[in-house]
Amino acid sequence: MRLNFVGRIGAMAALAIAFVLVSPAQALGQSGTAPQIPASALIQPQALNQMLQAKGTAKPLIFQVGFQMMYREAHIVGARYAGPAVRESGQNMLRSAVEKLNRNTPIVIYCGCCPWNHCPNMWPAYNLLHQMGFTHLKALYLPDNFGTDWVNKGYPVAR
Amino acid sequence: MHVSRNKWSRTSCGLLATLLLTCGLGAAARPAQAAETLLNHKAPVFTRHDLKGQTINIARLRGKVVLLNFWATWCAPCQAEMPKFSAWQKEYGPRGFQVIGISMDDSKAPVQKLVARLKLDYPIAMGDVKLGNLYGKVLGLPLTFLIDRHGVVRGEFQGGSDLKMMESMVRELLEKK
Repeated sequence: MRLNFVGRIGAMAALAIAFVLVSPAQALGQSGTAPQIPASALIQPQALNQMLQAKGTAKPLIFQVGFQMMYREAHIVGARYAGPAVRESGQNMLRSAVEKLNRNTPIVIYCGCCPWNHCPNMWPAYNLLHQMGFTHLKALYLPDNFGTDWVNKGYPVAR
Repeated sequence: MHVSRNKWSRTSCGLLATLLLTCGLGAAARPAQAAETLLNHKAPVFTRHDLKGQTINIARLRGKVVLLNFWATWCAPCQAEMPKFSAWQKEYGPRGFQVIGISMDDSKAPVQKLVARLKLDYPIAMGDVKLGNLYGKVLGLPLTFLIDRHGVVRGEFQGGSDLKMMESMVRELLEKK
């Protein structure tokens, strides 16, 4: 009986610790973070900019999978707003934006709301599109944020 | 200073070309310019209502050291910082320190919920694109400005910040009159 009581206390303590360790992003319902995206699926800002500037080549579809206010402040030229993928509403928006597309369509997703390791949106968006079968899918690697790694580098933006 | 006619023409053509180029680019896509830092410049003034309906007027905070923090509920590093800011408000408030939070969330409901959960007791207002632009574009969070008693920006911290360094700067600014 005493052991059971101690066991229960232990379990409660473990639960409490787990609760404290849960990040806000996880609390929003995501099941992973941006670093889970395979390195082979990343594209660097400079490479994407070169791709967008190159004449006569097909451009990828670009989706901003972050938050609306940031999209309205500035976004990559031609990028479409798909909603924050950490939320179900965002995932639904993204799904409906791409569901009729050929699965070979080149797609680039980006967020840059906060440092890469803390971004709540990139993994859910990548995972969704990957599961939908998109084979030419890239995630724009913004280590700090969109302002620092894209805007301040002088790459073109639209507002 | 004498300016020759030819020189005027060249200048006019150059100005016209620049104007046309600027207008053309300005219509849609434009090359981004590196965000100009606000350091050592007067903090842009703004007025907003906080979540409790009280007016926040940044100009009326002259005489105080202000910590202006842009944050959002979805930003994990922001939430790590905010309880600290709340503690600083209690500790340094009597010496003329004021924390102001600006949420860049798209809606108010999650903000109210989080503010209650974290028991934040400093004024928090909802931000918008205009306010973001005023502060050199808020395109990554957290973003914190330290403003001295004269309304001049003395510190700018982007991303997960070194809070010890920020606190020592707060103390330093509080020493100055």
